[in-house]
Amino acid sequence: MANAKEIKTVLFGPIFANNPIALQVLGICSALAVTTKMDKALVMCIALTFVTAFSNLFISTIRNHIPSSVRIIVQMTIIASLVIVVDQFLKAYAYDVAKELSVFVGLIITNCIVMGRAEAYAMKSSPGMSFLDGIGNGLGYSVVLMVVAFIRELGGSGSVFGVQIMPLISEGGWYQPIGLLLMPPSAFIIIACFIWILRTYRPEQIEKA
Amino acid sequence: MSSNNDSISKTLIVVISLCLVCAIVVSTAAVQLRPQQNQNKLLDSQINILRAVGLVEGAASPEMVVETFNKHIETKLVDLNTGEFVERDPATFDYRKALKDPEQSKALEDGNDVASIRRITELAPVYLAYDEQRNLTAFVIPVHGYGLWSTMHAFLAIETDGNTIIGLNYYEQGETPGLGGEIENPRWKAQFDGKKLVNDAGEVALEVKKPGNADPDSPYEVDGLSGATLTANGVQNTFTFWIGENGFGPFLAKVRQGALTNG
Repeated sequence: MANAKEIKTVLFGPIFANNPIALQVLGICSALAVTTKMDKALVMCIALTFVTAFSNLFISTIRNHIPSSVRIIVQMTIIASLVIVVDQFLKAYAYDVAKELSVFVGLIITNCIVMGRAEAYAMKSSPGMSFLDGIGNGLGYSVVLMVVAFIRELGGSGSVFGVQIMPLISEGGWYQPIGLLLMPPSAFIIIACFIWILRTYRPEQIEKA
Repeated sequence: MSSNNDSISKTLIVVISLCLVCAIVVSTAAVQLRPQQNQNKLLDSQINILRAVGLVEGAASPEMVVETFNKHIETKLVDLNTGEFVERDPATFDYRKALKDPEQSKALEDGNDVASIRRITELAPVYLAYDEQRNLTAFVIPVHGYGLWSTMHAFLAIETDGNTIIGLNYYEQGETPGLGGEIENPRWKAQFDGKKLVNDAGEVALEVKKPGNADPDSPYEVDGLSGATLTANGVQNTFTFWIGENGFGPFLAKVRQGALTNG
Protein backbone atom coordinates (compact mmCIF):
# COMPACT_ATOMS: atom_id res chain seq x y z
CA MET A 1 0.00 0.00 0.00
CA ALA A 2 1.31 3.42 -0.90
CA ASN A 3 2.16 6.16 1.57
CA ALA A 4 -0.16 8.92 2.71
CA LYS A 5 1.18 11.53 0.32
CA GLU A 6 0.59 9.34 -2.72
CA ILE A 7 -2.93 8.52 -1.53
CA LYS A 8 -3.62 12.23 -1.21
CA THR A 9 -2.38 12.92 -4.73
CA VAL A 10 -4.44 10.11 -6.21
CA LEU A 11 -7.58 11.00 -4.29
CA PHE A 12 -7.56 14.81 -4.42
CA GLY A 13 -5.32 15.45 -7.40
CA PRO A 14 -8.14 15.00 -9.93
CA ILE A 15 -10.22 17.73 -8.29
CA PHE A 16 -8.16 20.71 -9.48
CA ALA A 17 -4.65 19.65 -10.45
CA ASN A 18 -5.67 16.93 -12.88
CA ASN A 19 -9.41 17.39 -13.32
CA PRO A 20 -10.89 14.87 -15.77
CA ILE A 21 -13.21 17.43 -17.34
CA ALA A 22 -11.14 20.61 -17.12
CA LEU A 23 -7.72 19.22 -17.98
CA GLN A 24 -8.32 15.90 -19.69
CA VAL A 25 -11.61 17.15 -21.23
CA LEU A 26 -13.21 13.73 -20.83
CA GLY A 27 -16.85 12.95 -20.17
CA ILE A 28 -18.26 16.34 -21.04
CA CYS A 29 -21.26 14.90 -22.90
CA SER A 30 -23.12 14.10 -19.68
CA ALA A 31 -21.88 17.37 -18.20
CA LEU A 32 -23.97 19.11 -20.86
CA ALA A 33 -27.03 16.92 -20.49
CA VAL A 34 -27.72 16.51 -16.79
CA THR A 35 -26.75 19.87 -15.35
CA THR A 36 -30.00 21.80 -15.62
CA LYS A 37 -31.01 20.81 -12.07
CA MET A 38 -28.70 20.30 -9.12
CA ASP A 39 -30.48 17.25 -7.68
CA LYS A 40 -30.26 15.49 -11.04
CA ALA A 41 -26.58 16.39 -11.33
CA LEU A 42 -25.88 15.15 -7.79
CA VAL A 43 -27.41 11.73 -8.43
CA MET A 44 -25.45 11.52 -11.67
CA CYS A 45 -22.22 12.40 -9.81
CA ILE A 46 -22.82 9.73 -7.18
CA ALA A 47 -23.64 7.15 -9.84
CA LEU A 48 -20.55 7.98 -11.89
CA THR A 49 -18.23 8.05 -8.86
CA PHE A 50 -19.57 4.66 -7.79
CA VAL A 51 -19.11 3.15 -11.24
CA THR A 52 -15.61 4.60 -11.74
CA ALA A 53 -14.43 3.51 -8.29
CA PHE A 54 -15.73 -0.04 -8.50
CA SER A 55 -14.85 -0.63 -12.15
CA ASN A 56 -11.31 0.52 -11.31
CA LEU A 57 -11.28 -1.80 -8.30
CA PHE A 58 -12.48 -4.88 -10.16
CA ILE A 59 -10.42 -4.28 -13.27
CA SER A 60 -7.32 -3.73 -11.18
CA THR A 61 -8.01 -6.90 -9.18
CA ILE A 62 -8.02 -9.08 -12.29
CA ARG A 63 -5.57 -6.96 -14.31
CA ASN A 64 -2.90 -9.66 -14.30
CA HIS A 65 -5.30 -12.15 -15.84
CA ILE A 66 -6.86 -10.00 -18.54
CA PRO A 67 -5.66 -11.12 -21.98
CA SER A 68 -4.46 -7.97 -23.73
CA SER A 69 -6.21 -8.92 -26.98
CA VAL A 70 -9.66 -8.63 -25.36
CA ARG A 71 -8.91 -6.15 -22.58
CA ILE A 72 -11.21 -3.38 -23.82
CA ILE A 73 -14.21 -5.69 -24.05
CA VAL A 74 -13.42 -7.13 -20.61
CA GLN A 75 -13.38 -3.59 -19.19
CA MET A 76 -16.62 -2.78 -20.97
CA THR A 77 -18.33 -5.88 -19.57
CA ILE A 78 -17.41 -4.93 -16.01
CA ILE A 79 -18.39 -1.30 -16.51
CA ALA A 80 -21.68 -2.18 -18.23
CA SER A 81 -22.64 -4.61 -15.45
CA LEU A 82 -21.97 -1.98 -12.80
CA VAL A 83 -23.98 0.61 -14.70
CA ILE A 84 -26.96 -1.75 -15.02
CA VAL A 85 -26.85 -2.48 -11.30
CA VAL A 86 -26.75 1.26 -10.52
CA ASP A 87 -29.61 1.87 -12.95
CA GLN A 88 -31.72 -0.86 -11.32
CA PHE A 89 -31.03 0.59 -7.86
CA LEU A 90 -32.01 4.07 -8.95
CA LYS A 91 -35.24 2.78 -10.50
CA ALA A 92 -36.07 1.02 -7.24
CA TYR A 93 -35.11 3.70 -4.73
CA ALA A 94 -34.99 7.03 -6.55
CA TYR A 95 -37.66 6.53 -9.18
CA ASP A 96 -38.38 10.18 -9.98
CA VAL A 97 -34.76 11.14 -10.49
CA ALA A 98 -34.11 7.92 -12.41
CA LYS A 99 -36.96 8.81 -14.76
CA GLU A 100 -35.56 12.28 -15.36
CA LEU A 101 -32.04 10.98 -15.92
CA SER A 102 -33.53 8.32 -18.24
CA VAL A 103 -30.86 7.25 -20.73
CA PHE A 104 -28.03 9.19 -19.16
CA VAL A 105 -27.46 6.66 -16.39
CA GLY A 106 -27.10 3.98 -19.06
CA LEU A 107 -24.77 6.27 -20.97
CA ILE A 108 -22.27 6.19 -18.09
CA ILE A 109 -21.08 3.07 -19.92
CA THR A 110 -19.76 5.25 -22.70
CA ASN A 111 -18.49 7.99 -20.40
CA CYS A 112 -14.87 8.49 -21.32
CA ILE A 113 -13.79 9.03 -17.71
CA VAL A 114 -14.70 5.48 -16.68
CA MET A 115 -13.01 3.85 -19.68
CA GLY A 116 -10.12 6.30 -19.54
CA ARG A 117 -9.30 5.59 -15.90
CA ALA A 118 -9.71 1.84 -16.34
CA GLU A 119 -7.31 1.80 -19.26
CA ALA A 120 -4.85 4.42 -18.05
CA TYR A 121 -4.68 3.69 -14.33
CA ALA A 122 -6.42 0.52 -13.16
CA MET A 123 -4.62 -1.73 -15.67
CA LYS A 124 -1.27 -0.74 -14.11
CA SER A 125 -1.99 -0.11 -10.42
CA SER A 126 -2.96 -1.97 -7.27
CA PRO A 127 -6.67 -2.44 -6.46
CA GLY A 128 -6.65 -0.11 -3.43
CA MET A 129 -5.02 2.77 -5.29
CA SER A 130 -7.24 2.21 -8.32
CA PHE A 131 -10.32 2.42 -6.13
CA LEU A 132 -9.08 5.73 -4.70
CA ASP A 133 -8.24 6.94 -8.19
CA GLY A 134 -11.82 6.16 -9.24
CA ILE A 135 -13.23 8.09 -6.29
CA GLY A 136 -10.84 10.97 -6.96
CA ASN A 137 -11.82 11.24 -10.60
CA GLY A 138 -15.48 10.90 -9.66
CA LEU A 139 -14.98 13.82 -7.28
CA GLY A 140 -13.24 15.86 -9.97
CA TYR A 141 -16.17 15.22 -12.32
CA SER A 142 -18.63 16.01 -9.52
CA VAL A 143 -17.01 19.36 -8.69
CA VAL A 144 -17.34 20.57 -12.28
CA LEU A 145 -20.85 19.15 -12.65
CA MET A 146 -22.11 20.73 -9.45
CA VAL A 147 -20.59 24.12 -10.29
CA VAL A 148 -22.17 24.02 -13.75
CA ALA A 149 -25.50 22.80 -12.35
CA PHE A 150 -25.46 25.52 -9.67
CA ILE A 151 -24.97 28.28 -12.23
CA ARG A 152 -27.51 26.78 -14.65
CA GLU A 153 -30.21 26.13 -12.09
CA LEU A 154 -29.78 29.47 -10.31
CA GLY A 155 -29.68 31.46 -13.55
CA GLY A 156 -32.12 29.38 -15.54
CA SER A 157 -34.77 28.58 -12.94
CA GLY A 158 -33.90 30.88 -10.04
CA SER A 159 -33.58 27.96 -7.65
CA VAL A 160 -30.96 25.83 -5.88
CA PHE A 161 -31.74 22.13 -5.32
CA GLY A 162 -35.34 22.94 -6.30
CA VAL A 163 -35.68 25.59 -3.55
CA GLN A 164 -36.74 28.90 -5.09
CA ILE A 165 -34.10 31.56 -4.31
CA MET A 166 -35.15 34.20 -6.80
CA PRO A 167 -38.92 34.27 -7.50
CA LEU A 168 -39.66 34.21 -11.23
CA ILE A 169 -41.63 36.91 -13.02
CA SER A 170 -43.96 34.25 -14.42
CA GLU A 171 -44.86 33.33 -10.83
CA GLY A 172 -45.22 36.90 -9.60
CA GLY A 173 -41.61 37.53 -8.59
CA TRP A 174 -38.95 39.80 -10.07
CA TYR A 175 -36.46 37.46 -11.73
CA GLN A 176 -36.46 36.96 -15.49
CA PRO A 177 -34.72 33.60 -16.01
CA ILE A 178 -31.94 33.33 -18.58
CA GLY A 179 -33.35 30.83 -21.07
CA LEU A 180 -29.95 30.10 -22.60
CA LEU A 181 -28.78 28.52 -19.35
CA LEU A 182 -31.38 25.77 -19.71
CA MET A 183 -30.03 24.87 -23.14
CA PRO A 184 -27.09 22.47 -23.47
CA PRO A 185 -24.72 25.01 -25.13
CA SER A 186 -24.61 27.07 -21.94
CA ALA A 187 -22.79 24.19 -20.21
CA PHE A 188 -20.04 24.49 -22.84
CA ILE A 189 -19.66 28.18 -22.04
CA ILE A 190 -19.61 27.59 -18.28
CA ILE A 191 -17.11 24.73 -18.54
CA ALA A 192 -14.93 26.91 -20.76
CA CYS A 193 -15.01 29.68 -18.13
CA PHE A 194 -14.20 27.09 -15.44
CA ILE A 195 -11.17 25.95 -17.42
CA TRP A 196 -10.14 29.56 -18.06
CA ILE A 197 -10.24 30.47 -14.35
CA LEU A 198 -8.51 27.22 -13.37
CA ARG A 199 -5.70 27.80 -15.84
CA THR A 200 -5.28 31.41 -14.76
CA TYR A 201 -4.46 30.16 -11.26
CA ARG A 202 -2.52 27.13 -12.48
CA PRO A 203 -0.60 28.28 -15.55
CA GLU A 204 1.19 24.90 -15.73
CA GLN A 205 -2.06 23.41 -17.12
CA ILE A 206 -1.88 25.49 -20.29
CA GLU A 207 -0.89 23.34 -23.24
CA LYS A 208 2.09 24.56 -25.26
CA ALA A 209 0.99 26.03 -28.55
CA MET B 1 2.79 -13.94 -17.58
CA SER B 2 1.39 -11.80 -20.34
CA SER B 3 2.23 -14.23 -23.14
CA ASN B 4 0.51 -16.93 -21.10
CA ASN B 5 -2.52 -14.65 -20.73
CA ASP B 6 -2.94 -14.42 -24.46
CA SER B 7 -3.25 -18.13 -25.09
CA ILE B 8 -6.62 -19.13 -26.52
CA SER B 9 -7.58 -21.28 -23.54
CA LYS B 10 -6.73 -18.58 -20.99
CA THR B 11 -8.60 -15.97 -23.01
CA LEU B 12 -11.68 -18.17 -23.21
CA ILE B 13 -11.57 -19.03 -19.49
CA VAL B 14 -11.21 -15.40 -18.42
CA VAL B 15 -13.91 -14.14 -20.77
CA ILE B 16 -16.43 -16.89 -20.00
CA SER B 17 -16.00 -16.72 -16.23
CA LEU B 18 -16.19 -12.94 -16.30
CA CYS B 19 -19.41 -13.08 -18.31
CA LEU B 20 -20.88 -15.62 -15.90
CA VAL B 21 -20.07 -13.51 -12.85
CA CYS B 22 -21.41 -10.34 -14.47
CA ALA B 23 -24.56 -12.10 -15.66
CA ILE B 24 -25.26 -13.42 -12.17
CA VAL B 25 -24.70 -10.01 -10.57
CA VAL B 26 -26.88 -8.20 -13.10
CA SER B 27 -29.74 -10.69 -13.03
CA THR B 28 -29.71 -10.88 -9.21
CA ALA B 29 -29.98 -7.12 -9.00
CA ALA B 30 -32.77 -7.05 -11.57
CA VAL B 31 -34.81 -9.83 -9.95
CA GLN B 32 -34.32 -8.67 -6.37
CA LEU B 33 -35.29 -5.08 -7.10
CA ARG B 34 -38.24 -5.80 -9.38
CA PRO B 35 -41.01 -5.76 -6.70
CA GLN B 36 -39.85 -2.35 -5.51
CA GLN B 37 -39.66 -1.08 -9.09
CA ASN B 38 -43.15 -2.37 -9.90
CA GLN B 39 -44.48 -0.68 -6.78
CA ASN B 40 -42.91 2.57 -7.99
CA LYS B 41 -44.42 2.13 -11.44
CA LEU B 42 -47.91 1.53 -10.06
CA LEU B 43 -47.62 4.53 -7.79
CA ASP B 44 -46.30 6.56 -10.68
CA SER B 45 -49.21 5.67 -12.95
CA GLN B 46 -51.69 6.44 -10.14
CA ILE B 47 -50.17 9.84 -9.44
CA ASN B 48 -50.12 10.62 -13.16
CA ILE B 49 -53.80 9.75 -13.53
CA LEU B 50 -54.55 12.00 -10.56
CA ARG B 51 -52.45 14.78 -12.08
CA ALA B 52 -54.27 14.51 -15.40
CA VAL B 53 -57.64 15.13 -13.70
CA GLY B 54 -56.09 17.76 -11.45
CA LEU B 55 -56.67 15.95 -8.14
CA VAL B 56 -52.97 16.16 -7.32
CA GLU B 57 -50.70 19.09 -8.16
CA GLY B 58 -46.96 18.66 -8.04
CA ALA B 59 -45.50 16.17 -5.58
CA ALA B 60 -47.43 14.03 -3.10
CA SER B 61 -46.56 11.38 -0.55
CA PRO B 62 -47.15 7.73 -1.57
CA GLU B 63 -49.80 7.27 1.16
CA MET B 64 -51.71 10.31 -0.05
CA VAL B 65 -51.61 9.13 -3.66
CA VAL B 66 -52.98 5.69 -2.79
CA GLU B 67 -55.67 7.20 -0.56
CA THR B 68 -56.81 9.80 -3.09
CA PHE B 69 -56.74 7.27 -5.89
CA ASN B 70 -58.86 4.74 -4.01
CA LYS B 71 -61.30 7.43 -2.94
CA HIS B 72 -61.80 9.28 -6.22
CA ILE B 73 -60.90 6.94 -9.04
CA GLU B 74 -62.69 3.87 -10.27
CA THR B 75 -61.01 1.72 -12.92
CA LYS B 76 -63.18 0.07 -15.56
CA LEU B 77 -62.40 -1.85 -18.69
CA VAL B 78 -63.80 -0.85 -22.07
CA ASP B 79 -64.12 -2.95 -25.21
CA LEU B 80 -62.50 -0.68 -27.79
CA ASN B 81 -64.49 -2.17 -30.70
CA THR B 82 -67.93 -1.62 -29.23
CA GLY B 83 -67.17 1.16 -26.77
CA GLU B 84 -69.07 -0.73 -24.04
CA PHE B 85 -67.86 -1.36 -20.51
CA VAL B 86 -66.81 -4.95 -19.85
CA GLU B 87 -67.58 -6.76 -16.61
CA ARG B 88 -64.14 -7.91 -15.59
CA ASP B 89 -62.00 -7.14 -12.59
CA PRO B 90 -59.55 -4.46 -13.79
CA ALA B 91 -57.01 -5.66 -11.21
CA THR B 92 -56.53 -8.80 -13.30
CA PHE B 93 -55.73 -6.80 -16.41
CA ASP B 94 -52.26 -5.49 -17.21
CA TYR B 95 -52.66 -3.03 -20.08
CA ARG B 96 -48.97 -2.75 -20.94
CA LYS B 97 -48.61 -6.53 -20.98
CA ALA B 98 -51.78 -6.95 -23.04
CA LEU B 99 -50.37 -4.61 -25.68
CA LYS B 100 -47.57 -7.09 -26.33
CA ASP B 101 -49.62 -10.28 -25.93
CA PRO B 102 -50.79 -11.67 -29.29
CA GLU B 103 -53.86 -13.22 -27.64
CA GLN B 104 -55.12 -9.98 -26.16
CA SER B 105 -54.13 -7.61 -28.92
CA LYS B 106 -54.19 -7.44 -32.67
CA ALA B 107 -51.76 -6.00 -35.18
CA LEU B 108 -52.79 -2.80 -36.90
CA GLU B 109 -52.77 -2.62 -40.66
CA ASP B 110 -50.32 -0.13 -42.15
CA GLY B 111 -52.94 2.40 -43.19
CA ASN B 112 -54.63 2.37 -39.78
CA ASP B 113 -51.51 2.62 -37.69
CA VAL B 114 -51.48 6.41 -37.55
CA ALA B 115 -49.56 6.65 -34.26
CA SER B 116 -47.02 3.91 -35.20
CA ILE B 117 -47.92 1.73 -32.23
CA ARG B 118 -48.20 -1.53 -34.23
CA ARG B 119 -50.62 -3.32 -31.92
CA ILE B 120 -53.85 -2.45 -30.17
CA THR B 121 -55.69 -4.31 -27.44
CA GLU B 122 -59.33 -5.31 -27.43
CA LEU B 123 -59.75 -4.04 -23.89
CA ALA B 124 -58.40 -0.81 -22.46
CA PRO B 125 -58.70 0.71 -18.99
CA VAL B 126 -60.71 3.86 -18.38
CA TYR B 127 -60.39 5.69 -15.07
CA LEU B 128 -63.58 7.32 -13.83
CA ALA B 129 -63.07 10.28 -11.51
CA TYR B 130 -65.64 11.14 -8.83
CA ASP B 131 -65.91 14.18 -6.58
CA GLU B 132 -66.56 14.13 -2.80
CA GLN B 133 -70.32 13.53 -3.36
CA ARG B 134 -69.60 10.54 -5.64
CA ASN B 135 -70.73 12.48 -8.72
CA LEU B 136 -68.86 11.55 -11.87
CA THR B 137 -66.79 14.56 -12.92
CA ALA B 138 -64.43 13.24 -15.57
CA PHE B 139 -62.74 10.21 -17.00
CA VAL B 140 -59.17 9.46 -17.97
CA ILE B 141 -57.99 7.41 -20.95
CA PRO B 142 -54.45 6.15 -21.54
CA VAL B 143 -52.97 7.09 -24.92
CA HIS B 144 -49.62 6.50 -26.53
CA GLY B 145 -47.92 7.14 -29.82
CA TYR B 146 -44.51 7.26 -31.40
CA GLY B 147 -42.66 10.56 -31.46
CA LEU B 148 -39.16 11.01 -32.81
CA TRP B 149 -37.24 8.42 -30.77
CA SER B 150 -39.67 6.84 -28.42
CA THR B 151 -43.19 5.81 -27.61
CA MET B 152 -44.75 8.64 -25.62
CA HIS B 153 -47.29 7.65 -23.00
CA ALA B 154 -49.90 10.02 -21.64
CA PHE B 155 -53.12 10.16 -19.68
CA LEU B 156 -55.88 12.29 -21.14
CA ALA B 157 -58.59 13.54 -18.78
CA ILE B 158 -61.89 14.39 -20.47
CA GLU B 159 -65.10 15.93 -19.13
CA THR B 160 -68.25 13.82 -18.99
CA ASP B 161 -69.40 15.46 -22.25
CA GLY B 162 -66.80 13.24 -23.92
CA ASN B 163 -65.26 16.15 -25.77
CA THR B 164 -63.67 18.78 -23.51
CA ILE B 165 -60.12 18.12 -22.32
CA ILE B 166 -59.50 18.67 -18.63
CA GLY B 167 -55.85 17.80 -18.69
CA LEU B 168 -53.20 16.04 -20.71
CA ASN B 169 -50.35 14.45 -18.82
CA TYR B 170 -47.36 13.04 -20.67
CA TYR B 171 -45.51 10.96 -18.14
CA GLU B 172 -43.22 8.61 -20.03
CA GLN B 173 -41.18 9.46 -23.09
CA GLY B 174 -37.64 9.34 -24.38
CA GLU B 175 -37.67 12.38 -26.64
CA THR B 176 -34.69 14.75 -26.85
CA PRO B 177 -34.32 16.42 -23.45
CA GLY B 178 -34.97 20.15 -23.72
CA LEU B 179 -36.64 19.90 -27.13
CA GLY B 180 -39.17 17.09 -27.64
CA GLY B 181 -38.84 16.26 -23.95
CA GLU B 182 -40.70 19.50 -23.28
CA ILE B 183 -43.98 17.64 -23.85
CA GLU B 184 -43.65 16.91 -20.14
CA ASN B 185 -43.43 20.63 -19.38
CA PRO B 186 -46.53 21.60 -17.35
CA ARG B 187 -46.82 24.91 -19.20
CA TRP B 188 -47.01 23.16 -22.56
CA LYS B 189 -49.45 20.56 -21.29
CA ALA B 190 -51.65 23.31 -19.81
CA GLN B 191 -52.49 24.55 -23.33
CA PHE B 192 -54.71 21.52 -23.82
CA ASP B 193 -57.00 22.38 -20.92
CA GLY B 194 -60.47 23.25 -22.19
CA LYS B 195 -59.75 22.33 -25.82
CA LYS B 196 -62.26 20.17 -27.73
CA LEU B 197 -61.37 16.83 -29.25
CA VAL B 198 -63.91 16.61 -32.06
CA ASN B 199 -65.98 19.06 -34.09
CA ASP B 200 -69.77 19.10 -34.46
CA ALA B 201 -69.58 16.43 -37.16
CA GLY B 202 -67.77 14.11 -34.75
CA GLU B 203 -64.45 14.24 -36.61
CA VAL B 204 -61.13 14.57 -34.79
CA ALA B 205 -60.48 18.31 -34.84
CA LEU B 206 -57.76 18.86 -32.26
CA GLU B 207 -54.71 20.20 -34.06
CA VAL B 208 -51.11 20.66 -32.97
CA LYS B 209 -49.97 23.66 -35.02
CA LYS B 210 -46.48 24.97 -35.71
CA PRO B 211 -45.25 26.89 -32.63
CA GLY B 212 -46.84 30.33 -32.42
CA ASN B 213 -49.41 29.59 -35.11
CA ALA B 214 -52.21 28.34 -32.90
CA ASP B 215 -55.18 30.66 -32.65
CA PRO B 216 -55.78 31.08 -28.88
CA ASP B 217 -59.51 31.60 -29.53
CA SER B 218 -59.88 28.37 -31.44
CA PRO B 219 -61.21 25.52 -29.33
CA TYR B 220 -59.17 23.01 -31.35
CA GLU B 221 -55.68 24.47 -31.86
CA VAL B 222 -52.60 24.16 -29.66
CA ASP B 223 -49.00 25.24 -30.24
CA GLY B 224 -46.38 22.65 -31.09
CA LEU B 225 -42.85 22.75 -29.75
CA SER B 226 -40.05 24.67 -31.41
CA GLY B 227 -37.19 22.43 -32.43
CA ALA B 228 -39.38 19.36 -32.05
CA THR B 229 -41.55 19.13 -35.14
CA LEU B 230 -41.46 15.34 -35.26
CA THR B 231 -42.37 15.00 -31.60
CA ALA B 232 -45.27 17.41 -32.11
CA ASN B 233 -46.36 15.37 -35.15
CA GLY B 234 -46.28 12.31 -32.91
CA VAL B 235 -48.55 14.05 -30.43
CA GLN B 236 -50.94 14.94 -33.26
CA ASN B 237 -50.88 11.34 -34.51
CA THR B 238 -51.53 10.06 -30.99
CA PHE B 239 -54.68 12.18 -30.81
CA THR B 240 -55.77 11.34 -34.34
CA PHE B 241 -55.48 7.63 -33.60
CA TRP B 242 -56.87 7.35 -30.08
CA ILE B 243 -59.80 9.74 -30.57
CA GLY B 244 -60.50 8.10 -33.92
CA GLU B 245 -62.43 5.01 -34.91
CA ASN B 246 -59.71 2.47 -34.09
CA GLY B 247 -58.93 3.92 -30.67
CA PHE B 248 -61.38 5.20 -28.11
CA GLY B 249 -63.67 6.64 -30.85
CA PRO B 250 -66.62 4.25 -30.28
CA PHE B 251 -66.42 4.73 -26.51
CA LEU B 252 -66.17 8.52 -26.77
CA ALA B 253 -69.11 8.59 -29.19
CA LYS B 254 -71.21 6.72 -26.62
CA VAL B 255 -70.07 9.12 -23.89
CA ARG B 256 -71.08 12.09 -26.04
CA GLN B 257 -74.54 10.55 -26.34
CA GLY B 258 -74.68 10.50 -22.56
CA ALA B 259 -73.56 6.98 -21.70
CA LEU B 260 -71.84 8.14 -18.53
CA THR B 261 -74.25 10.86 -17.41
CA ASN B 262 -77.54 9.02 -17.95
CA GLY B 263 -76.54 5.76 -16.44
